[in-house]
Amino acid sequence: MITTVVKADLPVDESLVIRKMRLAPAQGGGSKRISIVTGIHGDELEGQYVCYRLSGYLQEHAQNLQGTVDIYPALNPFGIDSITRGIPAFDLDMNRIFPGNTEGDMNEYLAAEILKDIIGSDLVFDIHASNIFLTEVPQIRINELHEAKLVPFAREANVDFIWIHGANTVLESTFAYSLNAVGTPTLVVEMGVGMRITQAYGEQLFRGILHLMKQMGIWTGEDYVVKKPVISSKPEDVCFLNASASGIFLKNREHGEHLEHGDLIGRIVNPLTGMIINEIKAPVSGWLFTIREYPVVNEGSLIGRILRC
Amino acid sequence: MERKTIFQIRALYRDDFRVTGFSFGHGERAVCIVGSMRGNENQQLYCCAELVRKLKALEEKGCIREGREILVIPCVNPYSMNIKKRFWSIDNTDINRMFPGYSEGETTQRIAGGVFEAIKDYTYGLQFASFYMPGRFVPHIRIMKTGFEDVELAKKFGFPYVVLHTPRPFDTATLNYNWQIWETRAFSVYTTTTERIDRVSARQAVEAVLSFLQKQGIVDYSGFEGYVSKVVSTEEMVSVRNRRAGFFEGKANAGEYVRKGQLLACIVDCYEGMVVDQIYAPLEGTLLFSHAEPKVYENTAVYKIIPETEDW
Repeated sequence: MITTVVKADLPVDESLVIRKMRLAPAQGGGSKRISIVTGIHGDELEGQYVCYRLSGYLQEHAQNLQGTVDIYPALNPFGIDSITRGIPAFDLDMNRIFPGNTEGDMNEYLAAEILKDIIGSDLVFDIHASNIFLTEVPQIRINELHEAKLVPFAREANVDFIWIHGANTVLESTFAYSLNAVGTPTLVVEMGVGMRITQAYGEQLFRGILHLMKQMGIWTGEDYVVKKPVISSKPEDVCFLNASASGIFLKNREHGEHLEHGDLIGRIVNPLTGMIINEIKAPVSGWLFTIREYPVVNEGSLIGRILRC
Repeated sequence: MERKTIFQIRALYRDDFRVTGFSFGHGERAVCIVGSMRGNENQQLYCCAELVRKLKALEEKGCIREGREILVIPCVNPYSMNIKKRFWSIDNTDINRMFPGYSEGETTQRIAGGVFEAIKDYTYGLQFASFYMPGRFVPHIRIMKTGFEDVELAKKFGFPYVVLHTPRPFDTATLNYNWQIWETRAFSVYTTTTERIDRVSARQAVEAVLSFLQKQGIVDYSGFEGYVSKVVSTEEMVSVRNRRAGFFEGKANAGEYVRKGQLLACIVDCYEGMVVDQIYAPLEGTLLFSHAEPKVYENTAVYKIIPETEDW
């Protein structure tokens, strides 16, 4: 059943409507609820595939559903429609306005109503796709404050990597933090790249979600064997690579590859002079779990991340 | 006056990215004044240009006090200003959400870090700031409640209001917040506008800054004496919201004193022209902020009122 989560009228003959698909057993069933959320950033589309697969598959196998599945494919419909990361017209990052305010401006009101609808879920997936600049292996990022509660879920989600990071005051305005802070466990998934859909990653997460649903007693249908993720909780384990000069980045390696110290990851070149400005070599041995996809770089632009191992 | 490059990045096809500063006088790092950080902050840039002009004249007359250095950085983000984009040209990040910055980090972290390194040791820090909501303000000084704020000092600008603001999580990465944490006495100066230049309020702001510098013994200047400032916190302000979306027809502007029940604005249907909402003042007071866009979304804070109080 498709329902309206929140609606606001716009000035010229249009309403902003955020919808969800609720799938639940026709009669009876358990009381558990899982919510699948994506589209906070309008340029991150990887979650669209996951929502599409879950919605279609669960309707096809409705007899195996023993709890409630809520699917929210577009928290920022304007952003998705206009290829805009933030909220168009406001130049606001939607993932910095939570928990919102029911008495606040339109966007704060939307944020508050969205949270109100989701709070109480037994598990929430907040699916992102890094951004248009970087490609990521499927991973779950967890604030250290919520590590104990979330890691057991994340281990079963069929991702390659769990990154437990330090607390950061700025991140307290995010959707996931706001839910975790009130006791609704929320996993932040980052996978693939902005403005594209990597179907293999979408399929991987789809299977992970079904597996978790099975473990939670929401699903009695087919189960999948999930990957054992690499888990990192020490800040010093992750090595950040930043561009030392502005130019065009040409990558030599792909995300997910293992690197030895000194391996060439890519070059920053100047098409005007035909010269190589900089060769980027692995400063440590490890796993390249993030790589830059967008070729134009400024000095400082993130080129990749390596997990030391 | 010495013109100097505070921070620089080489670009591929554009001219180098430069943050330029203008210093006046020599000695102790007395005050740093920062202008636009976002590509639409024309008024903030204009205020700094006026300030540079005035300080240059004061320096030539020997009116910068001995042993005091003043630094003005009119623009931290010329790249975005020149292409009329609000945030950073490639990744749309906001430099004023990157402080104190990080010299080994991403581009805007490096810019924030490079600028902050150059300005963190000044006794006073002033930033010509803008608000994300489109509208007009009564000129005021805004300070964050960090435990280091100095309200009495803020009154010395002589603006009608000093606004005390409780920081939200994202405020902790702003210049003002970090200046305070690094023990610079930091103030945000709000004039009436952001994109459009309002010469009258720019002049008022520049006079207020020079008056403050005079009171702190940094320059010799006689000009604007200003108001006895009223201190209000953002929690005390009353937001007035429209219930319906449509054309916004304002009947009152920032700075006006309004009575309870006074009509402030009408919302007009964008297709049929009829009034669909009327907005009345819920209480007596002064309008600190008024919406200034042709259209408005529903439930927008179109006015902010500072309530009338007995001590005023």
